[in-house]
Amino acid sequence: MTSFDPHAAWRRTPSVVLRPEPFGALVYDFGSRRLSFLKDLALVRVVEALNRSASALAALQVAGIAEADHPRYLAALRTLASAGTITPRQEAIAS
Amino acid sequence: MTLTPARPAVPRLVDQFELGLDAPICLTWELTYACNLACVHCLSSSGRRDPRELSTEQAKAVIDELQRMQVFYVNIGGGEPTVRPDFWELVEYAVDHQVGVKFSTNGVRITPERAQWLAASDYVDVQISLDGATAEVNDAVRGRGSFDMAIKALQNLADAGFQDSKISVVVTRENVRQLDEFQELADRYGATLRITRLRPSGRGADVWDELHPTAEDQRFLYDWLVAKGERVLTGDSFFHLAAFGDALPGLNLCGAGRVVCLIDPVGDVYACPFAIHDTFLAGNLLDEGGFQKVWQESALFTELRSPQTGGACTSCSAFDACRGGCMAAKFFTGLPLDGPDPECVKGNSEHALAGDRTVPATSQDHSRPAAVVLGMPGRPTSIPDRFCNESPL
Ligand code: SF4
Ligand code: SF4
Repeated sequence: MTSFDPHAAWRRTPSVVLRPEPFGALVYDFGSRRLSFLKDLALVRVVEALNRSASALAALQVAGIAEADHPRYLAALRTLASAGTITPRQEAIAS
Repeated sequence: MTLTPARPAVPRLVDQFELGLDAPICLTWELTYACNLACVHCLSSSGRRDPRELSTEQAKAVIDELQRMQVFYVNIGGGEPTVRPDFWELVEYAVDHQVGVKFSTNGVRITPERAQWLAASDYVDVQISLDGATAEVNDAVRGRGSFDMAIKALQNLADAGFQDSKISVVVTRENVRQLDEFQELADRYGATLRITRLRPSGRGADVWDELHPTAEDQRFLYDWLVAKGERVLTGDSFFHLAAFGDALPGLNLCGAGRVVCLIDPVGDVYACPFAIHDTFLAGNLLDEGGFQKVWQESALFTELRSPQTGGACTSCSAFDACRGGCMAAKFFTGLPLDGPDPECVKGNSEHALAGDRTVPATSQDHSRPAAVVLGMPGRPTSIPDRFCNESPL
């Protein structure tokens, strides 16, 4: 299980794709062939923002998540990290 | 961003699914109606190839479209899909276009060489059909020699190092007490067990009365799933059993036209693989707009995604879990679609089943003239000795 550090850089795992749906997104991992769901449109924005953000916290900003909601979204990201949907990103952000 | 007003703000997934998705998640594609076997309960009444079958080029165009729609995987079946000469080419094409494949087969083409090829390819899942844990029980519905053929295929896959093949079982009155043996078989070949419900679809309608599990069998099945079903795949087969108690894992709603659909060998799109009938035909993907248009705009699918009434079931305490059961099972037994399932575990369909009902006539049939006649276990079936007598191979 990957431990989740909100100050670190994360990304959507390369074998994972998100398919937008009215309620959020379908998540499919071509590696494990597992289908799961993001039941929240804002969480979809957060996950999509990870790749271009310096940290998970920064991604919450980019996605416009209100401060008060941060704990909820960080908890969701922690779950996604343990499921392998998102993984730590090493390379620096070109910006 | 706001949610579409029609959708509840805090969505339960089942509620979302009932309103439909932009693309299906359980898409079955039957590549051919041709089959070397002639199982008595074949859901698609397969046997003979349909001359209008999609060509290789047309099939590839469908795959391109599935890729565009982000349909991540497709369940390929038939008929026996591997008898199509371009079958492996199409599998390869799909996988190369981000459409994973799970295909169902009776094992006829799973040679040691093919098993090696499969073991080397990613994103291909193989599902071997077996309807008895012994040759006696299996061959009575699938035809003589079919048990050995399936076991050989499983052996070839295991020998080639293929990981996690599936054994797919249609649960009947004859095999329901063999569930432990099926699990042992699966363990022996490093496979996962998948069990599904016998629906009165296709030729299944002809044998449903004799083969569908009794009320007692259903209870046994439910208890078995609760006790040992954790590793077993069931799809949307048994949510009607949730009325016994707790909901079981799996898709707990009828997804027909909402998250489920079928593309048949000639490109007709039906609401569900078990609903091959004009009543559930949404359109053909060769028409303008292709599959996407049928999925997203057909009148039938729009109707299926609109709020449904539970009819007589609404007052049932189990309605939230059971939701009235399987649409296809009701339709092909001549029961009202907004009432209880023919296998309602609360017995609420017994009266209707016993009364006057008209079972719908089939709207298509590709059976070969001499299909298997249901044989009692141990008794020879009417299948010819060489069961490929009239085989399209
Ligand atoms: S009609 Fe039956 S088999 Fe088809 S999706 Fe609904 S519940 Fe499943
Ligand atoms: S009455 Fe309807 S909802 Fe209740 S158990 Fe029977 S089929 Fe399910």
